[in-house]
Amino acid sequence: MIPVEDLLNDNGISFDINDYIAGVRYFYADANDKMIGMPFNSSTPIMYFNEAALEEAGVSAPTTWEEFAETTAPALKEAGYIPLSQSHLPWIFTENFFSRHNIQFASNNNGYGGTGTEILVNHPAIKAHFKALKEWRDADLFEWYGAGWGDNQTPFEEGKVAMWLGSSASFGGLKQKVDFPLSATFLPYWEGVNPEPTQTFIGGAALFAMSGKPAEENLATAKFFEYLTSPEVQYKWHRMTGYVPVTTASYELAKSDGYYNEEPAAEVGTQQLQKAAGEFTKGYRMGFYVQIRDVMNREYGRILNGETSVDEAFSVIEEEANDLLTRFARTQG
Amino acid sequence: MKRATFNNISVPVLLLVPQLTIIAIFFYWPAFEALRSSFYLADPFGFGATFVGIDNYTSLLKSAEYRRVAVFTLIFVALVSFFSLSIALLLAVKADRVIRGARSYRTLLMAVYAVAPPVAGFLGVLFFHQSHGPFTELAALFGYDLKIGVNRTDTTIALVTTAVWNQVPVNFIFFLSGLQSIPKPVMEAAMIDNRSQTSRFWTVTFPLLAPTAFFLLVINITYALFDTFGTFDVIFRGEPANNPLSLVYKVYVDGFRGNDLGGSSAQSVILMVLVLALTVFQFRLIERRIHYT
Repeated sequence: MIPVEDLLNDNGISFDINDYIAGVRYFYADANDKMIGMPFNSSTPIMYFNEAALEEAGVSAPTTWEEFAETTAPALKEAGYIPLSQSHLPWIFTENFFSRHNIQFASNNNGYGGTGTEILVNHPAIKAHFKALKEWRDADLFEWYGAGWGDNQTPFEEGKVAMWLGSSASFGGLKQKVDFPLSATFLPYWEGVNPEPTQTFIGGAALFAMSGKPAEENLATAKFFEYLTSPEVQYKWHRMTGYVPVTTASYELAKSDGYYNEEPAAEVGTQQLQKAAGEFTKGYRMGFYVQIRDVMNREYGRILNGETSVDEAFSVIEEEANDLLTRFARTQG
Repeated sequence: MKRATFNNISVPVLLLVPQLTIIAIFFYWPAFEALRSSFYLADPFGFGATFVGIDNYTSLLKSAEYRRVAVFTLIFVALVSFFSLSIALLLAVKADRVIRGARSYRTLLMAVYAVAPPVAGFLGVLFFHQSHGPFTELAALFGYDLKIGVNRTDTTIALVTTAVWNQVPVNFIFFLSGLQSIPKPVMEAAMIDNRSQTSRFWTVTFPLLAPTAFFLLVINITYALFDTFGTFDVIFRGEPANNPLSLVYKVYVDGFRGNDLGGSSAQSVILMVLVLALTVFQFRLIERRIHYT
């Protein structure tokens, strides 16, 4: 594989990693901050809300989970709504939970340092968060409709759920489906954990260039990458889907075009990705991570169904994830 | 009785070659590959593999999750086999007695056989849908909150119902032809001896159906173990999460979702051994005790 940074530089296309917005910049980079994969469709978890529902309940969208638990959720419940649902527990309430609170997620600099990484998921802050989630679910302040993305989004679209945590990329689709005033804000944080919350990072996909190709093909790939990251193309994708504009230039284009005056909610994801960075907000890198997420989803489901305790679940996740990481390290040995 | 024999060995060999080639390419070769890779730990990106001996097997046996999946599979297979056999037998016995419009009834009962397991799974999703499924609404009438994908028991109900519905027609066809091949004089003699329909069924009809029933039992066990994969995948919609997984689905999850080819191969070898045991059981124990007429 050729790092995208080398590919572009070798083919005479100017590249500066700082052209990319902060939360996107290092997610597909190596330990030395060199960009390896080219981010294309990038999104970040944000909180959508039904403005009419919040108005009816006489509350505004919460910025912290403390505010949610004390004020927002009880008022929304009183007004006949299910206050909150979310669509991806590992991504939103685990990986980005660590980033939002600037807590280390894995040893070895969140795994960027190579194999031999250990996951640090068994942390008191996230355990407290899941204990709260279980309590909220039991008190009808939060609902969980399984691990399916759509199953959690549909009740929000139908107006039963007042606030939904999903991807900034869901914006385009949501906007067309819902018949209530849709708005969005930043992912809430626990003030008690970190009074100065940091940025989230992205999800989505990147483009990787394979090595061993003839020079002309590499040149064509480089030109194609240049086209895909050009401000016009990024802005077009941003408008149509809700994926964030990955470069500052495309973000500026969206601003100067007046897009955010029409749709202020469309800017939330990009703004959140540019919040203060911390030591542990670049992202994470772990092998067999797909299975690790499956283990999380399994144990989280068991917590929310009351089949296991939060402490027990997190020690299972820690143990199984570390077994998987050791196993992965052996494949690389 | 005179046995027909070939004078020359080359003719039978020639006739067997196509069949043997197909078996070798589509069964022995992949089976051997699975066995070989179960002793290796493969790089998820396809850059080679390391020999690890029986590590893949020992880590499976130590895994609490694997045990849970195995126990669930056992329960699932038992439920599906029991219900699809008993419902099919009931329908076949009833259909056998129908005289007017018998053909239309039978065709209607057999039609479901044409539905592929993934399509059955999709229908299952529609019927058990969290917010719009008719079965969910029906359960709500009785005050039960049916939630597939959230609650393991509810997901199991959806899986078993869909799998049974899909398998009943096959069993029905076999049972019906089994019933129709019971000689009339036997039934007439039984009718003179015993007026009770139920007791005639259990003492005469059922023992005569035993070969069919045992054959179907093996077929149903393999169906529930393997063919239901599509149903599982569609009902889970690609998210294993806290759903009840079957052994075959776990092979897929670890191998294709997680790119852990070694661990996944070890699981498929375990399944191969299971099928082998089932086959031996069928030939050695059952075929010896059951007399085919």
